[in-house]
Amino acid sequence: MRRSNSKPLRDAVRENQVFRSRALTGLVLVGLAFCILVARFTWLQVFQHEEFTTRSEDNRVKLRALAPNRGLIYDRKGRILADNRPAYRLEVIPEQVEDLDLTLAELGALFPISEDDLERFQKLKKARHSFQSVPVRFRLTESEVARFAIDRHRFPGVDIVPYQTRVYPMGPEFAHVLGYVGRLDAEDLKRVDASRYSATAHIGKTGIESYYESELHGDVGHERVEINVQGRVLGSLEREPPASGKNLYLTIDAELQQVAMQALSGYTGAIVAVEPLTGDLLALVSAPSFDPNQFIGGVSRENYQTLISSPDRPLFNRALQGGYEPGSTLKPYIALAGLESGTIPLSHTVFSSGFFQLPGQDRRYRDWKRGGHGSVDVVGAIEQSVNVFFYQLAYDLGINSIHDYLAQFGFGQPTGIDLRGESSGILPSTQWKRQVHGLPWYPGETVITGIGQGFTVTTPLQLAQAAAVIAARGHSPRIHLLDRLQDPASGDWEAPTRQELNVPIVDNRNWEAVIQGMARVIHGERGTARPYWGNASPYQFAGKSGTAQVYGLEEGEEYVEEEVATHLRHHALFIAFAPVESPQIAVSVVVEHGGGGARVAAPIARRVIDAYLGDGSALSMAGTEAAGSDPARPNVGAGSVSEPSG
Amino acid sequence: MSIQVKKLPLPFQMLAYFARRPMVDGPLLAAVACVAALGLAVLYSASGSDTASVVKQSIRLAAGFTALLVLARIPPQQLRLWTPMLYCVGLVLLLVVAFLGEGRGAQRWLDLGVVRFQPAELLKLTVPMMLAWYLHGRALPPSLRDLAVCLILVAVPAVLIARQPDLGTALLVGSSGLFVLFLAGLSWRLVAGLGAAALALTPVLWHFMHDYQRSRVMMMFNPEADPLGRGWNIIQSKIAVGSGGLYGKGWLNGTQAHLEFLPERSTDFILAVYAEEFGLLGVVLLFALYFYIVSRCLGIAMQAKDTYSRLLAGTLSLTFFVYVIVNSGMISGLLPVVGVPLPLVSYGGTSLVSLLAAFGMIMSVHSHRRFLKER
Repeated sequence: MRRSNSKPLRDAVRENQVFRSRALTGLVLVGLAFCILVARFTWLQVFQHEEFTTRSEDNRVKLRALAPNRGLIYDRKGRILADNRPAYRLEVIPEQVEDLDLTLAELGALFPISEDDLERFQKLKKARHSFQSVPVRFRLTESEVARFAIDRHRFPGVDIVPYQTRVYPMGPEFAHVLGYVGRLDAEDLKRVDASRYSATAHIGKTGIESYYESELHGDVGHERVEINVQGRVLGSLEREPPASGKNLYLTIDAELQQVAMQALSGYTGAIVAVEPLTGDLLALVSAPSFDPNQFIGGVSRENYQTLISSPDRPLFNRALQGGYEPGSTLKPYIALAGLESGTIPLSHTVFSSGFFQLPGQDRRYRDWKRGGHGSVDVVGAIEQSVNVFFYQLAYDLGINSIHDYLAQFGFGQPTGIDLRGESSGILPSTQWKRQVHGLPWYPGETVITGIGQGFTVTTPLQLAQAAAVIAARGHSPRIHLLDRLQDPASGDWEAPTRQELNVPIVDNRNWEAVIQGMARVIHGERGTARPYWGNASPYQFAGKSGTAQVYGLEEGEEYVEEEVATHLRHHALFIAFAPVESPQIAVSVVVEHGGGGARVAAPIARRVIDAYLGDGSALSMAGTEAAGSDPARPNVGAGSVSEPSG
Repeated sequence: MSIQVKKLPLPFQMLAYFARRPMVDGPLLAAVACVAALGLAVLYSASGSDTASVVKQSIRLAAGFTALLVLARIPPQQLRLWTPMLYCVGLVLLLVVAFLGEGRGAQRWLDLGVVRFQPAELLKLTVPMMLAWYLHGRALPPSLRDLAVCLILVAVPAVLIARQPDLGTALLVGSSGLFVLFLAGLSWRLVAGLGAAALALTPVLWHFMHDYQRSRVMMMFNPEADPLGRGWNIIQSKIAVGSGGLYGKGWLNGTQAHLEFLPERSTDFILAVYAEEFGLLGVVLLFALYFYIVSRCLGIAMQAKDTYSRLLAGTLSLTFFVYVIVNSGMISGLLPVVGVPLPLVSYGGTSLVSLLAAFGMIMSVHSHRRFLKER
């Protein structure tokens, strides 16, 4: 070519040599470079192999906590009271989210996330590790789940998680028995073993749900899962399944509970029904009630405000925590105290002229009936609720022996029921007054204690418990809600041990006399409840009315119900049990501001007892039922009806 | 036999023709085919057992090997005559890309309807060709004037490519120019001077670099500073390599790749997948193959009889080596993350075809070595 010809001085041989030496130099450098590379890969793959293996495993394997299924709650006949249903919640793993605030804001654009949700999320986030998931929203609707699924790729570290949500199919009827579960919050985590709750979103807050939390909760499971870079689970490597919580069978009778609820509708008050021979709580109603279902997903501020600001205080469990002056419902126990202690003989009579006076004092303690009841024995005194009889008897007994005897029926102390927050009421004594008020006891205070007034405070639960002890003639297991529990995995049953209340019996005839007096309250010619009791029934009842004063009357002042503002009216109380000879049910009824006990509360008690015992045909069955006719029910509690006595 | 051949369809006739007189270096072709086969196997794993990508890549390989066989038959003299024209076409295409091209973040691609194509790849071939063409008739070692001309011939396309921005390819193009000068016998003093100049230019280069390029360089030194962001690629790549160990986790068993922790796993980071699944033994085997290929090519260059042939073959083999070292250095955390594929293995068309075309030219130098006479 032209250009090559113009350079005749080229030395082809030397050029070739230069090229060869340069190419060889290049080859040596290439070889060196490969040596460096091999050294580098050896360093990574041999010497640092273990460290990188660990990091590779950390990348792909995550330990995931698996929430156990919460135990279900049934009534005594296996009707479901607290159920689990599938739902979806939205969870965030903070560690995997780059900008948490932005992500939450973008999620908020997809579906509503309330201030409450965010607040709880922030609190929970602090209480958990950053690699643990924190729920943002519960109970997503199907369309919300679908909306998220479309945009899922935009939200690494955010996921929809199926879970079981609690449902209370009977709603308000069981709110005061079951309580409710609510979202697990930071305070809860301080109380419980946080590692057991690493996958749990709800915890029992009140009622049975709270009392038996550890039985209902079950044990957390764990799963080692393989995940990809987006944190999506690809498969399970190892799995230790969660253990479901135990199923609870309560002593409650759902049907009776419903009847009791209806019987109290329109009133504020409480009903407690017990099976005397077993201590089984058959019904526990506090009215008004509320829907526990609204607490599960997190109650809104607005609803909560309505609930706590309502003057009727629906959240307040009157049966458990309401303190009421027992009024005349205390008289049978005072009578029994007098008889059994020998203070009065069975034949003792008192002439009621309309009032009672302490020796040397002017103050008149009046009978409810003007002019008095004339001469009455202990049966008549209970039947007609003769105050003068009990003023005298209380005065003769003295406050401390009243206290000691009545304490055996469970007054003045918690019944020990398996619910939290029970109040113990007050059973006064000289010692009590000195301790609490720092004052000496006055004889006049003993006198009014005889008719259930003064310092004495009882809860509807205590009233029912004491009625059950009388009905069962001295021994009744302490009142309880849990009948038995079952481990769903093994099917094994467990029954809690019972404690008994035992009142020593000096003479059966004393007891039968008091019970006879209580029967005459209902069936006797002059029985205080007779006008309000309604039709005859195939079995006999025993009962006692009571009226608790909301405000004290000045001496000489008349209480005229119609003239008193509703919120100052007396509380109406009634205790009852039936059948008299073989008691199946004991009931206490409190109707706040109901006025006279017999007029308002007695019909309610009858309705509840009738519902339980039926029209008499159920009576024959009732005996066997108490002993466990339900085939699923193991032999728990009493096996026989009480022996006839007297 | 020959009668039967004539009845065959055209492509098979061509194959039969190539088969009778292959005009290739058998051992080199075998080594290249071995690496390509390994690449397909790794690609199958890296793509998540996606047969479609493997088929696509196989088609590209077939196209590349066809280009190789065709180029191997074209005498180097002929190539030399076409060189200035090819160089100019490459430059024009680069300019077109600068104005009309497309691509994610960087303008590199030219859409030709059927195939998309990166003109920068063409320059990887035409720049060393052009320099070899320029130096072919001149006295060697090159004079200062020749050096200046060569630098301009290299700088114009290199700057255009760097502006796309495609720093990796620009470096490869630039280094290919330097290799030509080095092999042409540029005095050691000038080689040292160029090296010093390159070092001195580093701050200038730094100044013109994009932020993402700067952070990539910084990340090489301390990837743990931003493990979930800019350091992610390097860290995950090192985890993949390191967890592979001596024997590897086994084909299709690499968790880093299959669980998608490793980014760009079928393209720039495919070596990490390979190292994870085949271990150090696999890596050494692959490097041995690469070293064999480079040394074989340099050997062919040494046997060449004219300046153009030997400069072209020598430069192409050294550039091939640069591919390997830059990519492996990146995978193992020795060099910053630069978008350079692993030759013959990474998924992607243009680079594969241009590489095989380069081998075709080297084969041509090999098969025409005996018939060449310096005119």
